[in-house]
Order: sequence, then C-alpha cells, then structure tokens
Amino acid sequence: MSDTQTQLDIDREKGNFRYDVDYEFDAGTGLNEKTIDYICDVKGEPDWIRKFRKDALKKFLEKPMPTHWASHDLENIIFDKIRYYLSQGGQKPKKTWDEVPEDVKRTFERLGIPEQERKFLAGVEAQFDSEAAYSNIKEAVGKQGVIFMGSTDALKEHPEIFRKWFGKVIPTGDNKFSALNSAAFSGGSFIYVPPGVKVSHPLQAYFRINAENFGQFERTLIIADEGAEVTYMEGCTAPKFDTATLHSAVVELVALKGAKIQYITVQNWSNNVFNLVTKRGLAMEDAEVKWIDCNIGSRLTMKYPGVVMKGRRARGEVISIALAGDGQHQDTGAKMVHAADETTSNIVSKSISVGTGRATYRGLVNIPRHLKGCKNNTECDALLINTSSRTDTYPAITVRGTGNACQHEASVSQVSSEQIFYMQQRGLTEAQAMSLSVNGFVNDLVRQFPMEYSVELKRLIDLEMEGSVG
Amino acid sequence: MKHLKIDNLHVSIGDREILRGLSLDLPTGQVHAIMGPNGSGKSTLAKVIAGHPDYTVTSGDILFDGESILAMEPDARARKGIFLAFQYPSEIPGVTIANFLRAALQARLPDGEELEATEYYAKLYEKMDLLEMPRTFTSRAVNEGFSGGEKKRCEILQMAMLRPTFALLDETDSGLDIDALKIVSHGVNSLRGPETGMLVITHYQRLLNYIVPDYVHVMVNGRIVESGTKELALKLEAEGYDWATEPEAEAVGA
Repeated sequence: MSDTQTQLDIDREKGNFRYDVDYEFDAGTGLNEKTIDYICDVKGEPDWIRKFRKDALKKFLEKPMPTHWASHDLENIIFDKIRYYLSQGGQKPKKTWDEVPEDVKRTFERLGIPEQERKFLAGVEAQFDSEAAYSNIKEAVGKQGVIFMGSTDALKEHPEIFRKWFGKVIPTGDNKFSALNSAAFSGGSFIYVPPGVKVSHPLQAYFRINAENFGQFERTLIIADEGAEVTYMEGCTAPKFDTATLHSAVVELVALKGAKIQYITVQNWSNNVFNLVTKRGLAMEDAEVKWIDCNIGSRLTMKYPGVVMKGRRARGEVISIALAGDGQHQDTGAKMVHAADETTSNIVSKSISVGTGRATYRGLVNIPRHLKGCKNNTECDALLINTSSRTDTYPAITVRGTGNACQHEASVSQVSSEQIFYMQQRGLTEAQAMSLSVNGFVNDLVRQFPMEYSVELKRLIDLEMEGSVG
Repeated sequence: MKHLKIDNLHVSIGDREILRGLSLDLPTGQVHAIMGPNGSGKSTLAKVIAGHPDYTVTSGDILFDGESILAMEPDARARKGIFLAFQYPSEIPGVTIANFLRAALQARLPDGEELEATEYYAKLYEKMDLLEMPRTFTSRAVNEGFSGGEKKRCEILQMAMLRPTFALLDETDSGLDIDALKIVSHGVNSLRGPETGMLVITHYQRLLNYIVPDYVHVMVNGRIVESGTKELALKLEAEGYDWATEPEAEAVGA
C-alpha cells in the first residue's frame, strides 16, 4: 500500500502549497461593525452597501447555529479567530497576468489557470483570499455586451442591474451563513448576458484561499437576460492548515424568460475547510437553471443548490457528485421549489463514502396544491467503500394537488468483493479495480461535465480511491 | 513450452475441504478438459488457480513454469498470464467494455508506457468480428444487462485480447444455445496454439464436440479419478459419472 499512499499525498500537494504573502489590507480577527467599516472603506463602497452589511451582521448574530438538524462540527468554527478581509494586491483586479503581483501569479500558474484560460475559456476571474487578483473576458465576448467582473466593481459600475437582483434570490436572513456572507462579502463574480446572447465558451472563476484562520466570502450574481445562455464554472483549492478555514459563499442566479444558465462547481478544498455555501437560481418562463455540483474536498460541506421555478414551463436541475473521504462529511443535496404551472425539476445525486467518510443527501421538493402539470424526478444513489463508511438520506418531498407528478428513487450499494476479484483477474490491482468501479458509478454524471473538467475529475477520483483499499 | 502444474493440492473454504490432493500438469500447446458431476470441485479449482481470496490452500502447490504462485495476488497472477473465463461474470456498472479492456491491457505495460489507441481499437474490432459481436458492444457497460450468451462471448473476447499463457474456461458452455456455442467455440479454437494451454471445465460432453481436447480428466470429490484421451468424454456421455464415483474407481486415477 505504500506506493498508493505516496500518490494520494501527491494529490494533496496539488493545492497544498503556499507562498508567503505580505497582506497590505487586513481587517484583523473577529467580525463586528468596525470590521465592516474597514471593508467598506478600503473598497470605497456606497452607503447602501454599508447599511446592507450592518443589517446582515445583526441577523447573523441573532440566528442560532442550525445544529438542531446539521452537524455539531459547526460548533468548532470559532468566529472570533477568523480574519474576514485580507488583500495583497489592492481592490482592483488586473486585466493581464503580467500585472498580477508575482507571488499571487505563481500560485495561479501552479494551479494551471492561465493555461486553461488560453485553451477553452471565454473569461476568467481568479480570486486570492478576499479579492480577485485577475479578471478578464475575451474581447469577442465583451463585444457581445456580456459583463463579467467582480461583485464590488459591478455594484459601483452597474448599480441599475446589480441592485435589482442582489439579495433577491437569497435574502440575507435565509440562513445563518447567508447572513454572514451578506455582512462580510468580498470578491465573487458578476455576470450579465444581454438578451439572446449565447456565450459559446464557459466563464470561469477560481477561488483560492492562501491564508490561515481566514474566511472567504465571495458573492456571485449571474443574470441571463431573455433567451440568453451562459455556462459558468468554479474551482477551488486551499493549502492544508492545522486550523479551520471558512468558506461561505452566496451565489444567486437569475434566468429570465427563455434563458439558460449552467453552473458547474468542482470543489477540492483541503480537509480543514468548512464549506458552507448557499446557492439558488430563479427560473422565469421557459427558462432553465442547471447546477452541476461536485464536492471532493473540505472537512464539512453543507450545500444544497436550489432552483425556484417562477415562470411557466421553467426547468430546474441539480446534478451532484460527492466524495466523502476519511474524516470528511459531505452534506449536500438540492432544493426544488415549484411556483408555476408545468414546471419540471430533476435531481440526480451520487455519493461515495470512503474510510470514515460520511455523505448525506438532503433534498427538498415542493409542489403546492394550486399548480398543474408539475413534475419532479429525484434519484439518489450512494456507494459505500469501507465498512466504516456512512451515508444518510433525508428527502423532504411535498407534492400536493392532483395534476402533479413526482418520482423518487434511492439506492445504497457497495462494490462487491466478487466484482473486485473479477477485475483483478483481468490484471488490475485492487486499487485500480476500486477506482474503475467508482468511476463507473459516477460515469453518467461525469459525462455531463465539460471535457477538461471530467478528465480532472476522473483523476481526482482515482487518486482518492488509491488510498482506500488494503 | 511452459507448464502449469498443480501438485497434490488441498483446498478448503471455511472448515470444508473441497480439493483433496489434486494433481495436474497442463503444458502450453495442449487443451485439457475437466469433467465431473456437480459439486466435485471443478469451479473451485479454477478459482483457486486464479487466486480467489475465499479459498485457503492447506497443502500442495500451484507452479507456473516451476515457480509457485500461491503467494501472488490475483492481479499479479493475471498479468503473469493466467486467465479465467468466469462461469458467472460480474457486472461492472458504468464501465464500458472498451475502457475495461483498455485498463486491463494498460496494466500489463511497463510504467510510463501508454497503450496505442488506434492499434488497440483495430485489434478489438478484429476480435469482435471473430466472435460476431456488433460494434455497439464496446460502449456497453461490462456484463450489465447482458444475456447469458453475451456474457460468455464477452469473456472470450477478453481472453482473445489479453492472450493468456494459461486459460481456464469455467463452464463456458452453460446457458448457451447451439448457435452461441458454435461461435464461442470458434473463438476459443482460434486461440489454440503452441503458446497457450487451456483447461476447459465442463459438466457436459457437448462442448467437447466443438473444442476437442487433447486430454480429458474426470474429477470426483476433489480429486482426479481418471485421465485419458477425448474418448473418455464419450464414455462419460454414455455411462454417466456413476462408475467413477464408486469407491474402487478412486484407485484407478489417483
């Protein structure tokens, strides 16, 4: 097993490195009104945002930890020890990699971001701790009227679109962590796609946590105007620290009439990160919001991407893959809120638990009585690798009225020893056999990822699985 | 010429002894058939040679060209050249035949060497044609939703691609209609040659009309009780196994 152990460590090395950075801007530890004033001042934000943040702080402090239903591990987050704003290169992201400070640039180069940008992306934003270090969109895409910039710039430069939707899909008080994000948010993307524009290549954001005892609170708002289409991908890594790091984002999507938004996440945080994210999309008439969500890293992830189907024939979809390795808890799922006739939603969730890993599926589907012709399909499959692995499923499905339909399927399986023997008999090692089985289990979902991501995903799964047998 | 030699092998599963001093010498270039009634230990023999973890070898040895393979993992035995065509092949959901075979071939290459994709597919299609398998087969998940005949054909396809030194065919004829049997046998026969030794395990003589063995062994109660040429199979067909299960018969073969 020693060989495979080494390879598993190599995987950890991918994001597990850190260059020393002198932070020019540091709000210190703990979150209070002064912290918020500091953030507003360095960012030069308008007064309405300062008020918005301070109201959110009150709500955050009022709200209890949701440990009556969620993991008690949340109690291990010491909010007073976390640093809420750290920036190295100032508040304005650079438009070329040459302008990005050297120590930040080499981090992203090591993660392969500039290379991916050249190869297949329409635009990239690279966030380092609290601020985007780099943000650029390909000229051709910009000429179509597509806006792609950081949230701080957007609220200043495009207040008329920004204010209309900001905090409307996910209100500040939605949950404790959406309130926290609303108080301390910095970074994240703002995207506006004008009517009828179909962005041919994905836009990508990469979120990098570099500092210890730090909280990253990016805020993303994507608006696809009538008939527009856009795909957005996000990736994330952090070095491995002994202390807990917090990542708590809010992502709001708005798909206007006939628009399509696809949002893809490959989360590979290190195992000390609490990843507590609120993601929700609003789909108007004939619009479609699709979340493709893959969680491999973190200590505890709590994330339930949702779609509110507000217009007739709107569609919502969540495709979710979770891999809970030793000591990890992936608490993920989906929320589908049907609020118009003939809306359809689809949830496909697959989880793999390895070692002492725990994967939890939580689903909420709501179809009220007065609606007609609504449909939901939910499938959740769990794969357990070791006898110490755990999986739980908590589906909450409320379907009322007579003209609506819902279908729910769930399964729990194990890779059988006969299957492993069969594959070994063909010459694959036990670890290779396990890895191939797991890749087979998620294969139909992985195929929905863009090529570049599915290759990366397969590789990550291979590396995670190699340490799991023996 | 290489030899797969089974030397006075005793094998148990739990407290139950299944093989009780079995000896056999299979050289490359020959096809040996093992026949016997249900429960005589035929399938156990195949699985033990392949290294199935459920079985314990209590004494005796299995030698691959003079070298004991008892301490080797199943995958190391496979890469050394032992192939088992399973009686009940496992399903591998989501893993296509093309990807599975590719991974199996890749596992046989030295570190850092990549399988050449074009050559691989050319070879795969050639072998599929031989077994009259449609091209669409490559994109189906291994054994998932296969009919009995498809499973057996898929086993032989893998054997054809992996080119083992010693192939163990466990009840490859079970569940096959006569047309499928002919196709599968044709595939197996095309793999016969001086580089390959085959052990064909079967309950019925029927298979041996199509895969004609050089030698036939009769296995009863975990031992080989009689060995002979292919005519022995005809005798079994005519007389059944009763004569062999009688106590005095044991002395003849062992």
